[in-house]
Amino acid sequence: MSSNHISGAEIVIRCLHEEKVKFVFGYPGGAVLNIYDAVFQQNKFKHVLVRHEQAAVHAADAYSRSTGKVGVALVTSGPGATNAVTGIATAYMDSIPMVIISGQVPTYAIGQDAFQECDTVGITRPCVKHNFLVKDIKDIASTMKKAFYVASSGRPGPVLVDIPKDITAEKYEFNYPKSVHLRSYNPIVKGHSGQIKKALSLLLNAKRPMIYSGGGVVLGDASSQLTKFVRTIGSPITSTLMGLGGFPASDKQFLGMLGMHGTYEANMAMQECDVLLAVGARFDDRVIGNPEHFLSKPKTIIHIDIDPSSISKRVKIDIPIVGDVISVLAELNDLLSKEKTKQNPSLKHWFKDIDQWRSMNCLSFKNDKKLIKPQFVIQTLHKVTKGDAFITSDVGQHQMWAAQYYPFNKPRRWINSGGLGTMGVGLPYAMGTQLAHPDAQVACVTGEASIQMCIQELSTCKQFHLPIKIINLNNRYMGMVRQWQEFFYGNRYAESYMEALPDFVKLAESYGHVGMKIEKPSDVEPALKEAFSNKLKERLVFLDFITDQKENVFPMVPNGKGLSEMITAEDL
Amino acid sequence: MRHIISLLMENESGALSRVSGLFSARGYNIESLTVAPTEDSTLSRMTIVTSGSDEIIEQIIKQLNKLIDVVKVLDLNDGRFIERELMIVKVKANAQYRDEMKRMCDIFRGRIIDVSDSCFTIEITGSSSKLDAYIESIDKAAILETVRTGASGIGRGDRILKI
Repeated sequence: MSSNHISGAEIVIRCLHEEKVKFVFGYPGGAVLNIYDAVFQQNKFKHVLVRHEQAAVHAADAYSRSTGKVGVALVTSGPGATNAVTGIATAYMDSIPMVIISGQVPTYAIGQDAFQECDTVGITRPCVKHNFLVKDIKDIASTMKKAFYVASSGRPGPVLVDIPKDITAEKYEFNYPKSVHLRSYNPIVKGHSGQIKKALSLLLNAKRPMIYSGGGVVLGDASSQLTKFVRTIGSPITSTLMGLGGFPASDKQFLGMLGMHGTYEANMAMQECDVLLAVGARFDDRVIGNPEHFLSKPKTIIHIDIDPSSISKRVKIDIPIVGDVISVLAELNDLLSKEKTKQNPSLKHWFKDIDQWRSMNCLSFKNDKKLIKPQFVIQTLHKVTKGDAFITSDVGQHQMWAAQYYPFNKPRRWINSGGLGTMGVGLPYAMGTQLAHPDAQVACVTGEASIQMCIQELSTCKQFHLPIKIINLNNRYMGMVRQWQEFFYGNRYAESYMEALPDFVKLAESYGHVGMKIEKPSDVEPALKEAFSNKLKERLVFLDFITDQKENVFPMVPNGKGLSEMITAEDL
Repeated sequence: MRHIISLLMENESGALSRVSGLFSARGYNIESLTVAPTEDSTLSRMTIVTSGSDEIIEQIIKQLNKLIDVVKVLDLNDGRFIERELMIVKVKANAQYRDEMKRMCDIFRGRIIDVSDSCFTIEITGSSSKLDAYIESIDKAAILETVRTGASGIGRGDRILKI
């Protein structure tokens, strides 16, 4: 053995160093002990010890969402890997670039039902972009290189590398490949120029042009190109839940979020437009509702997406443009700069219609003197943080209120689980975000049901001094479940009431944090101001807002209905 | 409509389950699926017989292309192609059936590859529909066992699937 041979575990660590990884989120266990020993002997990245593997993956996922870099998680075999699955599936649904390293039982024990053995590659196959089982120490470095490349290129996604324990103990030379080539994987970057020209001409000649932007714009770092394009052509624009921040929400061309809980004006404009440009969005069921109803008003649809399989999946596309959104938008901007007329003359009439829909004021709500309205908490949060915080959320009513009442002007500020809708992500998401942006204000908007799904992470927050502000909209119900039961199940609130809730103030205090209980509307702003004050700058503050139990999220497009068939607060 | 999709993929463990998993996860039909290494041992060639509307077939092709292990995908139905399947059938060949089974085997240009006092083992190749026709044509009571490989397909003339 030559002297430059190092252990497989050290090779793994060296690969992470080569990839300039700053944080690894993980949890040790038998199969990864060699790797952890190598983690211990290095200081180029920080290991963040979570309290449950699911949170490791969520935190790495949020690190990626908030920075654009590849998130890295490290878990052990068997239960370590199965606990990670929810996190992996969550990242997969939202196309988040991640590398998950899982330990595996030694190669000679695979298939023997060994202690803490599971078929990790088999279990994760449907929820990863790709995965690998490394069977030979010689392949560790090249596999890690491929994993980072596949995760971050094309339509991004999580990649899992499963490494048996015995090969992390063996020794071999470390040679990190400079580049990687996969004959079966060549993501398309540049869009078809002819199609791009056609798209621009359609938009400039439309009577009612509309732009619908999605998470792909945020992931593809295309927000400044998009903003430039939309402002030049002057058309209205809406965004999906995942795309919020991709175009500044304070701009008057922005109609707010569309979809099941989108604004009246955004949904009506989607339905009534004659030329629609979809950018990095995928026409999913929560966004366009019933596809037949959506197409009942004829429109020409242009779709820019890096993933060919997203095109014509739910809705037939007239002008498909496969390519990286940033490159296609840059080309559109180039073409537009050479055009004489940059703005469509019909826009004036179109905006008249839109202004009429806007005047519905669909997000208005009545504040109460006694009961705290959840929307009011979010609005106040926006005011206190000057609209410039990173907001993570869990899943449910509070998530929709955060999306509706906290307008985002910058991309990567809104961190939530859109596709999989995973309750429990909020706190680990805030951890990954706060670690990536130590000086930024990070708030986790959650509810008393969601927060309990990863509540153990309050301990991680203490260990790593993460001054997250938890905005708990506590209505003693799984609010969104309750809302559906009220609307569609005759007020039969089956199992949606949260009995036996803990005292969140004491709970936060027992973990060494600050807890506050807010029960009066007049206390909302002072409490938030205090939480974000210099005095508590270094502390995690758990704000337990006791909110109106009966509040619902409006507008709402009932499941299976069309976008223009919204229920608004006034309908009830 | 029935489509025959041919693809080349990395000859690696797990590649097959990525393809079969894709079909079950997305609810696509698989009528048959055959796979074996090609003359280049790093590549496997797979033939999948499926059915669906044009939209579904388009999605199947796109989703297959998206798999990292899949190198190239071809819908054989986009052009002219040849389809062959091998079936081995064991049929009764006692006094009652012996002559008829020999005759039917000849009509379908099969070959008897094993003989015993009571049965014939017959191999027949052809399109899947020809094999179906053979099964339809003989007395069901005479069939003891059948085994089919599933269809393999290849483009006609210069239509070649290669990397």
